[in-house]
Amino acid sequence: MPDINAFLMLSGTMFTIGLMGVILRRNMITVLMCIELMLNAVNINLVAFSYRFASLEGQIFAIFVITVAAGEAAVGLAIIIQLYRLKNTINVDEAHELNG
Amino acid sequence: MEAVMPHIPFVIFFIVGTIAIASSLLVVAMRNPVHSALFLLLTFLCVAILFVLVGGEFVGAVQILVYAGGIMVLFLFVVMLINVRHLPDEKMFSAYWMGAIGVGLGVFILFVSLVRPGAYRDPVVNAKGLRSYQTSVRKKVVAADGTVTRKRVRRTRTVGNSEAIGMQLYRDYLVPFEVASVFLLVAMIGAIVIGKRELEVDEEEITPAFILERAAEEKRVKELSGA
Repeated sequence: MPDINAFLMLSGTMFTIGLMGVILRRNMITVLMCIELMLNAVNINLVAFSYRFASLEGQIFAIFVITVAAGEAAVGLAIIIQLYRLKNTINVDEAHELNG
Repeated sequence: MEAVMPHIPFVIFFIVGTIAIASSLLVVAMRNPVHSALFLLLTFLCVAILFVLVGGEFVGAVQILVYAGGIMVLFLFVVMLINVRHLPDEKMFSAYWMGAIGVGLGVFILFVSLVRPGAYRDPVVNAKGLRSYQTSVRKKVVAADGTVTRKRVRRTRTVGNSEAIGMQLYRDYLVPFEVASVFLLVAMIGAIVIGKRELEVDEEEITPAFILERAAEEKRVKELSGA
């Protein structure tokens, strides 16, 4: 079985990639995808520590994180659709003023 | 064969982890959001395999059902609904790319320094805890002088991962579970209210004729049935 440090390094790398994507990309849909990537990296951490301590709490927290991610994606995509209708763009740099 | 067996989880971890990191890099690097979404799907599937590897079968199944089945379809729907033209000479990255690389490097160094080799080393893991839950049973105890007493005895039942998670979720985490359901309801109503389009008066010109005809027909039917 791989050491838990291997899982922590993997999730740290994935989290860093997601964070850089959130700051780097200009397309708002891709930014939302990178946020999902970061939540997934956190989930790897939770489940790996649940294995390390042989306790189910980590897995239950991972399920709650998945629930919150689903709600967040739904509301975020609705906001993106509405922004596209109002401004005809989904570019982060051009959407700096949120007052209609 | 005996010599190879203990190394199989290592091999699976390194192959799947490499695919996960490579595809998450491609999520950031792809120009077309549809390609990004498909590489995100690959990342989700690899993460589900990793969950199963560390004894989280139920979380892996939920990951595939909710992420790969639900959230991914939502993303692809929105990407295809919006249909932005992607000009090849359009800038893909924002103007803050130097700051982004600095922040990424800083966070990565922070993680590497936090995860020292051997910091959480414990090779003997009793994975049985991930498949069992506690119950208490009443037990009749007959003492030496004939008096009968009943007392509660805690007992650990080893079942499957899904059943253990279910018992823990509905017994110890019932209130967070209900709060999560209310949260999902709020998110659903919020998404509907935000995403709803208000019909404007001048929109009748661009509405296709058959929709207007159908609306008029429905109005007529409603009047007739109401009369």
